[in-house]
Amino acid sequence: MAGRIKIRAQKKGDMTEVKALMRHPMETGMRKDQAGDPIPAHFITEVSVLHGDQPVMQGHWGAAVSANPFLGVRFAGGESGDTVRVVWTDNQGGTGEGETTIR
Amino acid sequence: MTTIHAKGISRRGWLRWAVILGAAAALPGRLWAAVARPEAAFGATALDEALAAMGATPQVHDGIQFTTPDIAENGAVVPIRVEVDSEALPNVSKVSLLVEMNPNPLAASFDIPPGTEVYIETRVKVAQTCRLYAVAEADGQLYMQSRETKVTLGGCGG
Repeated sequence: MAGRIKIRAQKKGDMTEVKALMRHPMETGMRKDQAGDPIPAHFITEVSVLHGDQPVMQGHWGAAVSANPFLGVRFAGGESGDTVRVVWTDNQGGTGEGETTIR
Repeated sequence: MTTIHAKGISRRGWLRWAVILGAAAALPGRLWAAVARPEAAFGATALDEALAAMGATPQVHDGIQFTTPDIAENGAVVPIRVEVDSEALPNVSKVSLLVEMNPNPLAASFDIPPGTEVYIETRVKVAQTCRLYAVAEADGQLYMQSRETKVTLGGCGG
C-alpha cells in the first residue's frame, strides 16, 4: 500500500517550513472491530524529511500518532525550486512518498 | 517456484533480496538512518519506564516551548508543537513526545541533524486527561517541558 502525501514547502526568511499530511489509519492494535476481533496494529514507524538528498529530520513513530498524520518541520536554508520529499514506512512494510518544490 | 529454483535462487534468497532492495528504495536517507529506533522506550508501558529507557531523568528547561491545547475535545487528534530556542538550549539532537497515561507513553521521537530548527508540529492520540511531555536531548543531557491536557473524549475509541 503506497500512500500519497500532501506536502507543501514554503520559504520563511532563512528557513524553509515543510508541512506534510499523510494518509494512514495508524491503528494501535488495541482496538476491536464490530465482531469483537482485534484490529491488527498498522502504523507508520519511520518518517523522513529530505531536502534534495539531505535528510533534515527523521522521526520514529509509535501508534499514538493520530490517524492521517500531520507533520510540520523547519530547516535552515533551502531555495525556491529545491526539492523536498517526505517518505515513510509502516510496521506492515508499506511505504509512502510525497515530493514538492520549495515556494 | 520451480522456475526460480531452476535459476538457483532459493525463495529465501529472493525474499532477502526483496527486503534489501525494498529497504534501499524506501530509505533514501540511509546514511543517516543509522540512527536506530529507540525500541525499548517505545515498548515501555509507563512514563518512568520510558524515560529510564531514554537515559537520565530530564530536567525542566525553559528553552523548550511546548504548546498543547488545555482542553482537547477529541483525544484522537491532539495538535502539539515543540519549539526549542537554540540560544537558550543549543545542540538539540533529538526530541521525544510522551503522553503520560497512554498504554505506551512514548508517541514519537525525532532525530534532528544540525541545521534543522527544532520545530515540530504533529498530532497525537491522548487516551485520557494527563500530562504531555516534550523531552529534548542536547549534548547527552535530557531536558523537558510538560503540560496538562484535559480530554473530553478519549483517543482509543477511534
